[in-house]
Amino acid sequence: MSTAPALEVRDLTKTYANGVHALKGVSLTVEPGDFFALLGPNGAGKSTLIGILSSLVNASGGEARVFGRSIHTDRGGAMQLIGLVPQELNFNQFENPFDICVNQAGFYGIPRRIACERAEKYLRQLSLWEKKAVASRTLSGGMKRRLMIARAMMNEPRLLILDEPTAGVDIEIRRSMWKFVTEINRAGTTVILTTHYLEEAEQLCRNIAIIDKGSIIENTSMKRLLAKLDVETFVLDVAQMPADLPEVDGVKLAAVDAHTLEAEMSRTHDLNSLFAALSARGIVVTSMRNKANRLEELFVRLVEGNNGQAAA
Amino acid sequence: MQTQANLVALGTIVRREIARILRIWGQTLLPPAITMTLYFFIFGNMIGSRIGEMQPGISYIDFIVPGLIMMSVIQNAYGNISSSFFGSKFGRYVEEMLVSPMPSWVILAGYVTGAVVRGLMVGAIVLAVAMFFTPIRIHHFAVTLTTFLLTAVVFALAGFVNAVYAKKFDDIAIVPTFILTPLTYLGGVFYPVSHLSEPWHSISLANPIVYMVNAFRYGLLGISDVNLYAAYGVMLLAAAVLAGFGLYLLKRGVGLRA
Repeated sequence: MSTAPALEVRDLTKTYANGVHALKGVSLTVEPGDFFALLGPNGAGKSTLIGILSSLVNASGGEARVFGRSIHTDRGGAMQLIGLVPQELNFNQFENPFDICVNQAGFYGIPRRIACERAEKYLRQLSLWEKKAVASRTLSGGMKRRLMIARAMMNEPRLLILDEPTAGVDIEIRRSMWKFVTEINRAGTTVILTTHYLEEAEQLCRNIAIIDKGSIIENTSMKRLLAKLDVETFVLDVAQMPADLPEVDGVKLAAVDAHTLEAEMSRTHDLNSLFAALSARGIVVTSMRNKANRLEELFVRLVEGNNGQAAA
Repeated sequence: MQTQANLVALGTIVRREIARILRIWGQTLLPPAITMTLYFFIFGNMIGSRIGEMQPGISYIDFIVPGLIMMSVIQNAYGNISSSFFGSKFGRYVEEMLVSPMPSWVILAGYVTGAVVRGLMVGAIVLAVAMFFTPIRIHHFAVTLTTFLLTAVVFALAGFVNAVYAKKFDDIAIVPTFILTPLTYLGGVFYPVSHLSEPWHSISLANPIVYMVNAFRYGLLGISDVNLYAAYGVMLLAAAVLAGFGLYLLKRGVGLRA
């Protein structure tokens, strides 16, 4: 087995015909077996990067290798190792799920007998086997998303790229999809995920890159990134809001409405002093939660910081 | 190993194309049968019986049978690939093939084979319809078969190029309506181009369909207005140029890759 990175991207650039610089020299490495998050705001360049990796977009410059195979000089070899779940539905809605999966395997040169076995295996694993013979256009939104995952698995890829696979999918189906993807990751498949549900990325991914305006602005492990978060905001539901709020050292308190307080404090600050001060003023806290998930806060800060630098 | 994989991929596209042709048989196989029945009945039987023999022993209906078969093959080979490939672009499922390791020539060969198969099916249907109106005999089987196949390949390739450039469904209707149909009607299907006066005779010889129709007519009836070698030259040249251009478009990703 090759020890080359699952994905190695060097100085990748893309300028579209309309002059838009979608990628401005992107470099990143994804190790084999990783569960890697690629995050960024809309229009940051994520889909362009994934388009280049899956050979749907021609790069303007730079190099990308999948397990050591160049997508430019050995396209066939590199594509053999990739499975793609795109953002948009892109299967023939008049074909049935079984045929869609078997045909996809055929495009990868997989003999029909093996293709049929794999189609049954993955359609069963993604709870689509009962729908194998119906026209795909009749499937629900969640089923269509799962069908694209089953289709991407037909060549049993070593690198699976998921481009916002859970967009518009209800929580139950989303969880079942993540269970499936987590299992194949544990079995050795490298996974690259883009998503707007940042709590998903935080829970699932070990490493992360954040792309904005065509450049990578952060590329580190999830643990290291989350450690950078030095301030947290808590939302406190209170029984009754006092006329004036108490002063608490190191805590910025703000009333949101008649029953909601926000407390912003350093991650190292203890909560006891806050509760003591609130208790002394007779404020009864009925529940408490984080204002946003940690990754979301960091993401917003990094992107806003990048916007500030760009403006300067 | 790679050859085996390419053959599997090629077979997959062809199987999918044939399944599509059969799934929508009411759009793909039935219309030519109805249209050609009307052509044979009106032009061949009712009008043709008043025209008399085109050459000794060859009635008007015998004369138009090869041209009408060619017309069906041309329209169906072209229409099959342009609608199927454009449909895959429009529905974005062309991406299934573009992200696979399949080389460009396999994609092109798969779609062209699918279109040729439809041409064969429609040609067989039209031939069967023709047999209700006149006895069919084959003068030269090899010429009949090779002309049939080459014509289907040429127009399948032309339909592919059209589909690659098309951005909306109107774009795949324009060429058949404004170019293909006039060229076919003026391509010697209903009359011998040798009967035309100058400059119309010389102008007609610039129409490639004249060569295809006449080569096929030679295969069935043993008569032709053009030199057979010239006909093969035109067909082979057109097939080679269009195949090269189709491959170039696929490799560059024109209309397919950003």
